[in-house]
Amino acid sequence: MRTLRYVAMVILVVVAAVSIGAPLILSASYETQFRDAPNSRPSHEHWLGTDALGRDRFSRVLHGTRISLLLAPMAASIATAFAAFIGGVGGYLGKGWERVATTTIDLVLSLPWIFLLITARALLPLNASPTITIGTTFFLLGALGWAASARVVCAHAVDLRNNDFVLQARALGVPEWRIAIRHVVPNIQPILVAQFWISVPIFILAEANLGILGLGVPEPMPSWGSLLRELEDLALVPGELWKLAALGLLVLVVSSFQLLMPRSEVRTR
Amino acid sequence: MKIIKAAAVYCVLLFTIWSTATTSELRFCLRSEPKTFNPLLVDDDASDTVRYLTGGVLVRINRQTQSLEPELAISWKISKDGRTIAFTLRDKVFFSDGSPFGAEDVAYTVERMMDPELHSPTGDSFRSAPGKTTVRVIDRTHVAITFPAMVAALDRLFDQVAIISVRSANKDKAVLGAYYVADYRVGAYVMLKRNPNYWKRDIAGRQLPYIDTLWLEIQANRDIEALRFKRGEIHLINSVDAEYYDRLTPATSGLHDAGPSLDSEQMWFNQVPGAPLPAYKLEWFKSQKFRRAISEAINRDDLVRVVFGAHAQPAIGPVSPANKIWFNTKLQPIRYDSTNALRMLSHDGFRKQNGMLLDRDGHAVEFSIVTNAGNKYRERMAAMIQQDLARVGIKVNVVTLDFPSLIERMTQSFNYEAVLLGLTNVEADPNSQMNVWLSSGDNHQWNPRQKSPATAWEAEIDQLMRTQASATTFKERKAAWDRIQEIASEQVPFIYLVNKNALSAVSPSISGASPVAFRPQSFWNIEHWAFRDSGRNGGK
Repeated sequence: MRTLRYVAMVILVVVAAVSIGAPLILSASYETQFRDAPNSRPSHEHWLGTDALGRDRFSRVLHGTRISLLLAPMAASIATAFAAFIGGVGGYLGKGWERVATTTIDLVLSLPWIFLLITARALLPLNASPTITIGTTFFLLGALGWAASARVVCAHAVDLRNNDFVLQARALGVPEWRIAIRHVVPNIQPILVAQFWISVPIFILAEANLGILGLGVPEPMPSWGSLLRELEDLALVPGELWKLAALGLLVLVVSSFQLLMPRSEVRTR
Repeated sequence: MKIIKAAAVYCVLLFTIWSTATTSELRFCLRSEPKTFNPLLVDDDASDTVRYLTGGVLVRINRQTQSLEPELAISWKISKDGRTIAFTLRDKVFFSDGSPFGAEDVAYTVERMMDPELHSPTGDSFRSAPGKTTVRVIDRTHVAITFPAMVAALDRLFDQVAIISVRSANKDKAVLGAYYVADYRVGAYVMLKRNPNYWKRDIAGRQLPYIDTLWLEIQANRDIEALRFKRGEIHLINSVDAEYYDRLTPATSGLHDAGPSLDSEQMWFNQVPGAPLPAYKLEWFKSQKFRRAISEAINRDDLVRVVFGAHAQPAIGPVSPANKIWFNTKLQPIRYDSTNALRMLSHDGFRKQNGMLLDRDGHAVEFSIVTNAGNKYRERMAAMIQQDLARVGIKVNVVTLDFPSLIERMTQSFNYEAVLLGLTNVEADPNSQMNVWLSSGDNHQWNPRQKSPATAWEAEIDQLMRTQASATTFKERKAAWDRIQEIASEQVPFIYLVNKNALSAVSPSISGASPVAFRPQSFWNIEHWAFRDSGRNGGK
């Protein structure tokens, strides 16, 4: 298992390094349209062929990977922060606070997030640059995707609240804020880390889902979601296996994240 | 006795086998559930297909020649004021349930259609003014219909009016078309059977149609539809996307490209005075030179070749060249010329600086093009336009929105800069575009619902639209509509991009199919279709 985790780590580092260094190793930009060669097969100029508009697929896969790999952790951080605050505070303070937190979590979990995202996207200013649109999309993913993590954090905070060492500290007259900082936060930290790692692939897939609906990263920027849209045409795939590159990379990265997850979390999921 | 019984059983068996073998069944897919089988309430594609196949009409527009041909009416005459049409009906015609057809059925159909309580979309085309429509039954085969005001192209509108039986109890089953609805399972299929009383015969005197059963499967998934066609499980795809067409091409025969259809893809700029846009942007969009320059800076040939795999034509104006009657042949194709586009922009005070186009006040020229999410052809066109306009220094942001949000921005808040959408034209007559070209129209998209025309050219179009609607001769109408096309070409309120080709697929096992650009592209003459090996096609 340990070896596998090392392999997963190496894969993620290599993929991240290659995608970040993409501009240095690529001759074609991800947005240049080679209009005389749309849907071309892999060649010396285009290692993974070109897409429907003649854009270099290899370049787009690397840039799409960079966007998804950089922004999914950002969304996961936002979601984890929300989860820590709402779940942690509600769970630790208990009584009315806990009820408010659990009700809020249930409410958010019951919302159809895809419609919320579509509505939120529709409200964005139309002239926002692609970078801002991508950032906002992932921010929204994070801001709407915290509830499941918050429930786990809340349950753990309730456990801690009733734990012996917390009761002892309270009996000794240690102030509540000090108990929270010295005893509760360090004990919740592993849960938060685990939730972060769980969230990263979830947000990668969420963006991919939005991309498939045409609501993800705007043109001309690529993302895994927009690249996966090429696979709508499943009948063609057996003859054009190179189109599976983005899907293969997505599976590889998500699997690597799963392997890196703390083992206790893997067991509980 | 036993021998006689055995012989009788044997004969029955033989007859069953023979009738099964000679029963021909054609299968194709409807892409949605038909909303209604009432021909007067049709407003969706699936119901329209069923209406076309089952409805008997007085006159029919020949989809190939685009001329009007007699059907249940053998002749007709329109009064000079354009309000009254008198039909002489075909005699000895019967509905599929055996009830006789006559002038009373026409009267009943028109009265139902024009009943305001029914809200018939078919009837809306005839409502040129408020007032009552009167129908006078002269005798069994003569009927005259008078509308409250003149209706342009009155006779052609009857192509959509399927006659309903006044006597039949089950009106859905009593039809005058080639087929009748024999069975329907929600979400699964509509089965149409050959109308045993259909009046049409072929040259040899044999009753039409040749094919006994039409099996219309309800299937929204185009992948499955294409796959089933490849496997030979269905015989027809009425409308094929360019990408599917190319995908089917190498391995499948029976594909038809009938040339440009009536449908167009176009973009336009927001010119609504109160729109929540910066004043300088509204000024750009209202400038005729700006719009013309953008139009010339878009490479339509590339759009056609790359996005539609050459299964489209660069659009010239509001009317597709497929519409042979109404297309203005004097219009010139729009030439891709980014240098000339820049020259035109410079006349309006724009200048290119460090690769960016600036207006006379130094604002960088940047705008967004909104289109509906999920339509890959429009998304690709937008991405190509983005690159074309980058060449003249314009930054375009492509925004894809869900359809309701897009419509809300287009029609309510007017919070958009440019929109890329398509126009589906079902009718060739310019009257069908009244709501688009009148400045007071809801679909006058660049600046809808104007109290009075905002510009002189819009005022001229208003006047010309009214002229063509009230003119009694084709020549007058054509002259007015030609002028509107010229104005649209000069002023460029819509930047017409492409006219998609009418693509369809018909199994090679079918004879008699000759797909055309007009809807329904492939099965417009289905009554003459036959299976090549059935021996029931009159020797075809």
